[in-house]
Amino acid sequence: MGEITKLTLVNLVSKIKSKEISALDACSDYVNRIVKSKKLNTFVTETLEQAISFAKKIDDNNLKEGILSGAPIAVKDLFCTKNVETTASSKILKGFVPTYESTVTSKLWERGAVLLGKLNCDEFAMGSSNETSAFGNVINPYKVNDENIVPGGSSGGCSAAVAADLTVATVGTDTGGSIRQPAAFTGIVGLKPTYGRCSRWGIVAFASSLDQAGPMTKNVSDCALMLDAISGFDEKDSTSANTKKEEFLKNLNRNIKGLKIGIPKEYIVDDMPKEIQDLWDKGISWMKESGAIIKDISLPHTKYALPTYYIIAPAEASSNLARYDGVRYGFRASGKDLNEMYENTRSLGFGNEVKRRIMIGTYVLSSGYYDAYYLKAQQVRRLIKNDFDLVFKDVDAILTPTAPSSAFKIGEKKDDPISMYLNDVFTVPINLAGLPAISIPAGFDQSGLPLGLQIIGKPFDEQTVLNSAYALEEKIGFKSQVKDWWM
Amino acid sequence: MADNKFDYYLDGKTGKWEVIIGLEVHAQVTSRAKLFSGSSTKFGSDPNTQVSLVDAAMPGMLPVINKFCIEQAVKTGLGLKAKINRFSKFDRKNYFYADLPQGYQISQFKFPIVGEGEIVLDMPYGTKVVGIERLHLEQDAGKSLHDQDPENSFVDLNRSGIALMEIVGKPDLRSPEEVGQYVKKLRSIMRYLNTCDGNMDEGSLRADVNVSVRKQGSQQLGTRCEIKNVNSIKFMQQAIEYEAKRQIDIIEDGGTINQETRLYDTKKNETRSMRSKEDAHDYRYFPDPDLLPLVLDSEFIENIKKTLPELPDEKKHRLMNDFGLSSYDASIIISEKDISDYYEDVAKNSDYKLAANWMIVELFGILNKEGKEIKDSPVSAVNLSKLINLIKNGTISGKIAKTVFEQMVQRNENPEVIIEKSGLKQQSDPKELEIIIDNIIKNNQDKVIEYKSGKIKLFSFFVGQAMKDTAGKGNPQLINNILSKKLK
Repeated sequence: MGEITKLTLVNLVSKIKSKEISALDACSDYVNRIVKSKKLNTFVTETLEQAISFAKKIDDNNLKEGILSGAPIAVKDLFCTKNVETTASSKILKGFVPTYESTVTSKLWERGAVLLGKLNCDEFAMGSSNETSAFGNVINPYKVNDENIVPGGSSGGCSAAVAADLTVATVGTDTGGSIRQPAAFTGIVGLKPTYGRCSRWGIVAFASSLDQAGPMTKNVSDCALMLDAISGFDEKDSTSANTKKEEFLKNLNRNIKGLKIGIPKEYIVDDMPKEIQDLWDKGISWMKESGAIIKDISLPHTKYALPTYYIIAPAEASSNLARYDGVRYGFRASGKDLNEMYENTRSLGFGNEVKRRIMIGTYVLSSGYYDAYYLKAQQVRRLIKNDFDLVFKDVDAILTPTAPSSAFKIGEKKDDPISMYLNDVFTVPINLAGLPAISIPAGFDQSGLPLGLQIIGKPFDEQTVLNSAYALEEKIGFKSQVKDWWM
Repeated sequence: MADNKFDYYLDGKTGKWEVIIGLEVHAQVTSRAKLFSGSSTKFGSDPNTQVSLVDAAMPGMLPVINKFCIEQAVKTGLGLKAKINRFSKFDRKNYFYADLPQGYQISQFKFPIVGEGEIVLDMPYGTKVVGIERLHLEQDAGKSLHDQDPENSFVDLNRSGIALMEIVGKPDLRSPEEVGQYVKKLRSIMRYLNTCDGNMDEGSLRADVNVSVRKQGSQQLGTRCEIKNVNSIKFMQQAIEYEAKRQIDIIEDGGTINQETRLYDTKKNETRSMRSKEDAHDYRYFPDPDLLPLVLDSEFIENIKKTLPELPDEKKHRLMNDFGLSSYDASIIISEKDISDYYEDVAKNSDYKLAANWMIVELFGILNKEGKEIKDSPVSAVNLSKLINLIKNGTISGKIAKTVFEQMVQRNENPEVIIEKSGLKQQSDPKELEIIIDNIIKNNQDKVIEYKSGKIKLFSFFVGQAMKDTAGKGNPQLINNILSKKLK
């Protein structure tokens, strides 16, 4: 025992299906590790007892049909889970227990996965370090000189939990990089699918036109399997795409010979550490070795992506978060009249970063400012999308670093929102364009922290993204350096 | 009728004033489910029993457009002879209120589903065409209840998310009378189309009324005030009258009108300021990112066009051209769907012209007296058509018919049965009548001589005698004929 939690999702499920490992043993091993890993603060809510009894049920009734049979999985606390508290890591939703299950997570359970609990994240997924969570920051399983490091964000509980073997795989959400950046910071694989590939129904909304759920896993094969499990059209989400069901794991292969990979010059940014440039160069040579054709490309509007994102995302958030008013569910602070109740509830219920974004969003939508900010941002968003449409006539995928730095120390950027926002510079344009993109672990910096490379694909061409990542993964030969120091 | 001239001008100290009115009508779409959720829209259910997760704005819930509501809006647009926009968008109108669970109302701001159209009004001074600016779809809010508890307010979300059509009229109306006709005509069109039941007391139809005034003859529009949420035609008319006079007084006293939103107090019959333009909400409209733009193909619109019923204006022309009804009678018959349906039921089995006469004179007389709507008519359409047929085939006279009708009103009985029971059948046997008339002539020789010497007025005396001797049942036409012959 003990080695079960090292297994990949694909291997674990196949061993459970062949009865080499029981679902109960798999679950128990994860439960044991979770109990010993409180220091990392990855879980907001644990459902360990239910997990054990559900795993037993799988064994007793031989429920081994599902493609995730017996896989112990914790999910980001942004997914509404029936009868299990769902908080979006915010005080304002403390105590909220949904009577419904999000489409994405219900697909997990339908396919045999076992819920371990809900994973910490930035409050309402607003953050890049998991430091905005109302329930404390998550700690990266990687450590530098005994100093605690952020796990990235907003899906920081997810990334840390996968890296620390506290869940065999997970689903996060990605609005501006919230799956890929934490994946890069913790040495795991994270995929943001095409906007519309996975249903948003039942996911606490941050920015509706950008939010997308996606897998975070130990490797690329697991990622393909998870995408098989969670993707698909949902009539309850008007923005979900009615495309044919694909089989990503079945079609996963490393043959990328002749595939044209674009290298955008605009992604070389000031102050980017040399080791990231070096890693990118290595990525390019690995791609070449695999038979891909490298092309220099230009995405001229890249520099506008971050400001555009920080208008559109807060604008949508300011409206999406209006429903947390203390009237129907969640936290309520009393007041002498309705307005005072609203003010008290929202002042005490939301954290600073969420308030900051609500204020920015309210401002950019206000009459007199709408045209200059929100409307302009929508126009620029179109130009950014056009940039990608144009280059995708010449290339099949694009290779970039995932983030301009490795994970930073806890507290390092907490009081400097702009420098925090800059961490999303390579991931944000992809959300604005609605494209699929994966981050895979590609090496370490000098201090031993993992670094990621990002592969961006055409809309609904996750298969090419996965195949390129699969080829690159073999060349990289990444090995986790997590040392279980907290146990 | 065209002799009557429009003359609604209000007298002020400085002369006559014209009143300019534009209406924004909120009409509840007839639909079993809400605009973006599957919840029921039934009226009068227990509080919060028709609320889905979407209507309560639970975290992660998403709206899905109800296609039927789209069809209803398009249908209404076609009924208003309006442009149907193949591309429209849903926007969020953001504001906080306890009965607005999402913190925003989904509405259509920049790109409404229906564009410009028109409504034709029949006024005593001729027809008047009133422009429609646009029609858009939006969600209704819930209801706050402040009178249930001394400490707390309660919220009922049954209405939350119900589909409304906001029909924005151009400022083409000039009098309370025109406003009344406008609302009635709009309601009638929607009832013909079955797109809104128009029940004002259930809140299915209500209006925001925009009022401004200007000196008679002036071409410039004055500053307007908007009177919010008025839910009866009578109140709209009273509110307009009050508001126009208030504005005239202010201007004539040297003041200016502040653009503002006002409330109409039905008890005191006055309007009161609710909020000024400066305090107006900034609704921060933006396209709802949860919904894709609504794109309608021409086939969708054509298919709806094919299902359109005959509308009031078309029906009026048909009644006038094909059945010779007067413009006045036709207008009354088509004014409401229920009246028109009743009329069709009566007329198709009897006579179009007689049916119109009987309904307008006799039936409406009774309904007005008893304060009833046509749907509660004490006389069924079937029985009224039977009565008309009895007149037509000479079984009873028009006079007797009125007596029979009175009895029908008492207990909606088949007129044939009433006639049979009361022996009211018309005496139409010429031989019998001749005997009676011969007797009258024999017994009144003096009158006959007077008549023959030129006192022709006496003819009605003989008719009267004949009716008396037949207990009122003699066929008047036959009596006339026989008398004319005998007295020659």
